[in-house]
Amino acid sequence: MSSQKPNSDRRHTIAVLVDNEPGVLARVIGLFAGRGYNIESLTVSEIDSVKRYSRITIVTSGTDMVIEQIKALLDRLVPVHMVEDLTVQGPCLERELALVKVVNAGESRIEALRIADMFRARAIDSTLNSFVFELTGSPKKLNAFIELMSGLGKTEITRGGVVAIARGSGIGLQNNKT
Amino acid sequence: MTGESNIVRKPSEHLSGAGVIVKALQDQGVEVIFGYPGGAVLPLYDELFKTNNLRHILVRHEQAAVHAAEGYARSTGKIGVVLVTSGPGATNAVTGLTDALMDSIPIVCLTGQVPTHLIGTDAFQEADTTGITRACTKHNYLVKQSDELSDVMHEAFYVAANGRPGPVVVDLPKDILFADAPYFAPKDVRPCAYQPKKDGDTTKIEQAAELLAKAQRPIIYGGGGLINSGPEACKLLQEFAEITGFPVTLTLMGLGAFPASNPNFLGMLGMHGTYEANLAMHNCDVMLNIGARFDDRVTGRIDAFSPHATKIHIDIDKSSINKNVLADIPILGDAGRVLAIMIDYWKKKKLSPRADSLKLWWSEINSWRVKECLKFEQDGKIIKPQFAIKRLFEKTQNRDVFISTEVGQHQMWAAQYFGFDKPNRWMTSGGLGTMGYGLPAAMGTQVAHPDALVIDIAGDASILMNMQEFSTIIQYRLPVKVFIINNQWMGMVRQWQELNHGSRYSQSYTESLPDFIQLAQSFGGTGMVAETVDDLDEVIDRMISSETFFIADIRVQKEESCFPMIPSGAAHNEMILSAKDTENSKTSAEGMALV
Repeated sequence: MSSQKPNSDRRHTIAVLVDNEPGVLARVIGLFAGRGYNIESLTVSEIDSVKRYSRITIVTSGTDMVIEQIKALLDRLVPVHMVEDLTVQGPCLERELALVKVVNAGESRIEALRIADMFRARAIDSTLNSFVFELTGSPKKLNAFIELMSGLGKTEITRGGVVAIARGSGIGLQNNKT
Repeated sequence: MTGESNIVRKPSEHLSGAGVIVKALQDQGVEVIFGYPGGAVLPLYDELFKTNNLRHILVRHEQAAVHAAEGYARSTGKIGVVLVTSGPGATNAVTGLTDALMDSIPIVCLTGQVPTHLIGTDAFQEADTTGITRACTKHNYLVKQSDELSDVMHEAFYVAANGRPGPVVVDLPKDILFADAPYFAPKDVRPCAYQPKKDGDTTKIEQAAELLAKAQRPIIYGGGGLINSGPEACKLLQEFAEITGFPVTLTLMGLGAFPASNPNFLGMLGMHGTYEANLAMHNCDVMLNIGARFDDRVTGRIDAFSPHATKIHIDIDKSSINKNVLADIPILGDAGRVLAIMIDYWKKKKLSPRADSLKLWWSEINSWRVKECLKFEQDGKIIKPQFAIKRLFEKTQNRDVFISTEVGQHQMWAAQYFGFDKPNRWMTSGGLGTMGYGLPAAMGTQVAHPDALVIDIAGDASILMNMQEFSTIIQYRLPVKVFIINNQWMGMVRQWQELNHGSRYSQSYTESLPDFIQLAQSFGGTGMVAETVDDLDEVIDRMISSETFFIADIRVQKEESCFPMIPSGAAHNEMILSAKDTENSKTSAEGMALV
């Protein structure tokens, strides 16, 4: 009777609206750590300084049952106002920021600049043997860029984590709960 | 927290932080606090000193304070309140908090903390209490501003009791207790984001009712959620079982939610449940789970669990639904409210069960019942533990009796042989399995019901784990009875070693047991030993009629194992009924790894 499909892991992007108070991030992270669920990416920042709300974007993967558990567990945390599974709710946009330092010389240096141009990355720092590029885009685009750069010299990479929002005119994650 | 209300609230009065806490406790209807003082909470104890209508029970260990509050909460349906100091006071409470979390018991635990300017400096008796208790509470608070104190206090009570109940910690730095603080009455508190759904989706409830009316082999599987929902929910369950004629089984935490004496009751289910309950679960076609969580002790091997059933799951906690077992009809809501809607619909639509198939189903169930899986032979002089509990049950039926237990074989025998017809009469540590739970829980129960007969059915090993509370029991003249099923073993450990580890009894013999009667006497109580079956009735009679703290030391057959049993990693239909069966039943490799 149950639709008990053999479940495989699937990547989900979940947005959570929380009170910006001490310990709230620890609660969210502890919930994942305590149950052995994986966090692929996590970003958090205050989005409403009057109401003191923060929005957390979590990228995780799991079977349907695990994802449902995660959402239910997040939802029952007291400082959590809303939980939205952007992956399930329809098309959504995901963007990430990366800063990529590449140390090289000669041909590689020119090639790095050319590729950066193709990816619309900006050089925000330069020395005679290095660049720091700033790039935003989907996580996939960032992966591709980083892979190319790492072939062109020594690299150091930092990424900001995924932020996401649903496409279309619908307004989600406002606090309608209370 | 939610700074959304811009309405300027007027505090009803200004007090000290400690004053606000005491006022909040009173406005929340608190009558009793279980606690232990220490440096960080002295201002609060000073405030209690000046207050007449809050009773403080001074325990001897903070773990016991939480278990006592659990006993109080479980036996009354109210919220249990605990007060402990910082550092070791808080860390000692952790086992109790975890126990309350697992068994969904509403507790508010106030912990002292070093003053705010010393937090993070490794100050004397400092512990990161909110950090440590994050994983073992439903929610916790560190109050860093005195103006949010009364909001936090009221919210703590709201969160502890609403939705799936659980423990809430409020960590209170000492300077906050001294600081000036505004007091807001419960009606004026800030809004809380936590708003659990209670009513359930009507469409789904109706769908469930229709499905139950069509069921050929239905079963109702009830749990602790019924007890938490309240006596009304338990009455509704009885009503539903009566109008449908469906069989009912209960989890360990649910015992008492449906009368054990009702002919529709199949007994407890699960690892040490009855043969008929487990086989009915295995063979049913529609399962109605009300307030139970498909615990591993209940389901046995999960992939073989109830293979033919369409499952309806009523639970107030969304994360309990579809956690271990997929529900075909999930209903998020309070057990009592959902049952009320379901019964209304059943009556309004004039639904009726399928009488013919139900009759067949009952005859099948009765064919399992005739196995008499709980039968035992009391032959010879040595007391069988089952017989001891059976006699205790029979001899206490004319009294308002409350039973708590420790954890192990005696707990399972108590669940099997002591029948409960009413909710809130059975206090046991189900989820966490905390040895040492029973004595303080009995203490808390006795505080709530001073005239009732409160008995801790204990084991000889478990009772040693919180026996410092004998002192508390004497101090407050609590006539708690301790009924020790004494087999000189950690019986359940011994049983598993016999089953799974070639009878190599590693560290499970309880060497150097005290003389329990002299022990009771040294605290100011009394006691009696039952050496043989001839002593048993007299000891029970003397215990029941005793007006003080009493230990009955029941020397039972040492090697008795607890049956029936679903071996670890086996399915409901693979029960072993007696020691004889164990020869043919080998625990699987996967089962060996399970607890």
